[in-house]
Amino acid sequence: MTLIKTRHNRRSFLKVSTAAGGGMILGFSWLASCTPKKEELLTMPDEWFDINAYIKIGENGVVTIMSPNPEIGQNVKTSMPMIVAEELDINWKHVVVEQADLNLIKYSRQLAGGSQSIRQGWQGLRMAGATARRMLMEAAAKQWQVPLGELTTADGIITHKASNQSIGYGEVASSAAGIEVPEEVELKDQKDFKIIGQPTKNVDGTKIATGQPLFGLDYKEDGMLTAMIIHAPAFGMKLKSYDASAVKSMPGIKDVITVQTEVEERQWSDTNAFTEIVAVVGNSTWEVMKAKKALNVEWEWDTPGENTDEHAQEFVKILESSAKEPARLDGNPKDAFKNAAQVVERFFSAPLLAHNTLEPMNFFAHVTSDKALLVGPIQTPEYLSKSAASVLGLDEKQITIQMTRMGGGFGRRLYGHFGIEAAVISQKIGAPIKLVYTREDDMTQGTYRPSYLVKYRAALDEDNNLIGIHIKGTGSHGSPIFANRFPAGTVDNYLAENLNFQTNISAGAWRAPRSNFMAGAEQAFLDEVAETAGKDPIDFRLELFDRAINNPVGERNDYDPERYAGVLKLVREKSGWGKDIPGVYRGVSAYFCHNSYVAQVLDMEMVSGKPVVKKVWCAVDCGIVVNPEGARNQIEGGIIDGIGHAMYSSLTIKNGAPEQHNFDRYRLIRHREAPVEIETFFVNNGIDPTGLGEPSLPPISGALANALYKATGKRLYRQPFTQQDIVLG
Amino acid sequence: MATYNLNINGTNRQVDVESDTPMLWVLRDHLDLVGTKYGCGIAQCGACTIHLNGNAVRSCSVPVSAVGDQAVITIEGLSETVEKAEHAVQQAWLEHDVPQCGYCQAGQIMNAAALLTRNSNPSDEEIDDAMNGNICRCGTYIRIKAAIKTAASKMS
Repeated sequence: MTLIKTRHNRRSFLKVSTAAGGGMILGFSWLASCTPKKEELLTMPDEWFDINAYIKIGENGVVTIMSPNPEIGQNVKTSMPMIVAEELDINWKHVVVEQADLNLIKYSRQLAGGSQSIRQGWQGLRMAGATARRMLMEAAAKQWQVPLGELTTADGIITHKASNQSIGYGEVASSAAGIEVPEEVELKDQKDFKIIGQPTKNVDGTKIATGQPLFGLDYKEDGMLTAMIIHAPAFGMKLKSYDASAVKSMPGIKDVITVQTEVEERQWSDTNAFTEIVAVVGNSTWEVMKAKKALNVEWEWDTPGENTDEHAQEFVKILESSAKEPARLDGNPKDAFKNAAQVVERFFSAPLLAHNTLEPMNFFAHVTSDKALLVGPIQTPEYLSKSAASVLGLDEKQITIQMTRMGGGFGRRLYGHFGIEAAVISQKIGAPIKLVYTREDDMTQGTYRPSYLVKYRAALDEDNNLIGIHIKGTGSHGSPIFANRFPAGTVDNYLAENLNFQTNISAGAWRAPRSNFMAGAEQAFLDEVAETAGKDPIDFRLELFDRAINNPVGERNDYDPERYAGVLKLVREKSGWGKDIPGVYRGVSAYFCHNSYVAQVLDMEMVSGKPVVKKVWCAVDCGIVVNPEGARNQIEGGIIDGIGHAMYSSLTIKNGAPEQHNFDRYRLIRHREAPVEIETFFVNNGIDPTGLGEPSLPPISGALANALYKATGKRLYRQPFTQQDIVLG
Repeated sequence: MATYNLNINGTNRQVDVESDTPMLWVLRDHLDLVGTKYGCGIAQCGACTIHLNGNAVRSCSVPVSAVGDQAVITIEGLSETVEKAEHAVQQAWLEHDVPQCGYCQAGQIMNAAALLTRNSNPSDEEIDDAMNGNICRCGTYIRIKAAIKTAASKMS
């Protein structure tokens, strides 16, 4: 067992919890059976005892575990409580999971982003479970007058073997709630894990499959009105005027108002191109939708309208210049390229992408003079609370935020302007409202994945050794280059340069920011360099990792080359790489981001003259896999998402206006285009777990491009690949 | 405004709405059946799929006035018991742990259920053809296909 100090990291939930537990002893039944019978498991207890901020135990042994972080489909509502349950040492079948509200005193980092929930939650969640287990054991030891060290637990039952006594957690829960929080607790050895590592179904599975209200858009309160917004049709435009008189008399319409949401001190999460908008408020969605369409709003130019084509030309021009300061410089790249036997130089580009969460932006708000209730899908509730307080003129203490299950996040709901808009509308109208974006409002609002252009150069010597790498990049929201990632550290002469570009089109984080483009570009480029050098693409990469392991270049390399090489070797072995299979065209790729390592081999076949993705082999090193079922689902989803966006998706701008408004013109991957099979292999190394919401997406566009090259003879440099006349079968 | 008597999940329900109101909003706003989801409003994503006389239709594009006395089944009415995932397709969805965010899944399930009603043993190609109109932004397509095959084997 591992002993850990419970107070490290200011775990204030421990204090809060004891106070909350004290007053709930009434109604406790000493007659409850210590082993809950099967039929009792579905019965909610009469009384809950708060052990700490994460755990409530019912007198019948049913345990409620609070899931602290927002759920966007990354499955933390299942995996985070699993970690608590493991250390609490209970039967997962006895667990009910509840989504916690935003509570900065009880919980830390209630945020969905960067694939960090599991990694950063790991220690605290284990501690919450272990602390509660210890308090329950202390309560039992006290009751039986036996030494604590002689007690054991299993499946929510405490046993004292010497006296042949056992008792259920439910029966000691009330006294445990009053026990002082221990200074130190013991954590389980990994070999004793019973819940972590077991494939476990989504806790909301039945609710999802039966259509029960879970999402922000499903939220309702009595007296609630519906609000919809109209934002400028083009980036660079601002509100001029509107005439609402006719619309106000349409059936069911309550009001048409101007909504200002500019936050005085913008946080990063306040990215928003349209801070002055018009809102239509009425009784029902359809009535408001019709009024919104009928409303004539005039807009005027504030800054010039921009164009995708001009951005692309501008990017090329920018990359002709050099950065004032290199992002990283090792050795003497200038000489290396001058003396090279061969130089490979390629440009890679990618378009703006909308997030297109299938549940459009929405939020419920009920704001009164002294308080605000905000309910809805938000990845950054803490940030929303701060900005909403500032815009509403309320104190943060007066704001309650409840998180609903989210119909997708992908980074879009990091930017909570829609929550602020809902709050301002409710405040102005003086009623509870639910703000609903149409798909068109959502897709044309901005906060896009930036567009990018990078130039890769590689220098090879006469013996086909890689002697120099030069990367230069720009994009509509900064350069996408991570200067200290692979291949930095593997080559003596290395230069990375970031160049700036200014635009009025708002951009933000989109699933695996920057990596979502860089991984594919890098891995397609290295494939071509390996080919030029006459080397097998996996051998070529492994040679580079050997260099980084044995004799790394530079002071700082943001990856562990052994783990990186490890996933490549695993996918090589599992896919049987190296053996030619007639009719199968293979591409390989590997990438490290968000603390997890992924390597992929993509098998393609030509069917009726069209390339079809038959299978993706995926090796993953994310340390301990908390929930293999959910983990595989994330890996599969990331791969399909990555293939889809590399192949088909693009958001283009003409004179400031997005040209795609809905799924008729914006292409997302569909059933027919998905790979036939994905097989995932996890490295079993017992390292503390890291996240999986993002890491499988970035490399797949590289594996796809490399397989497409084998299948079609065409190297692909511009996403979406369909613009290079490539279509999947 | 007009009054419509609708047959929803085997029950007669009355609503007073404009005649052009799509069934999607009748269900969600007026009948409190929010399992049917709004995704695009133009019949491109399939999140709002319901059954009309057993056929899968996009409720965002079916005005209430066109429904008449046709039997409407929503995700809430797919199983005999409300809130129980009893239908073979729902069972298979749980077995394969299909959903990620879950938002599109009601539409996927309704479309899959209609497919299996008219074709109890669909080929991969027939599944792709039938399901191609349902977008899953999380990319659960492989699990959806596997679940449909499981459901087909249980139903036959």
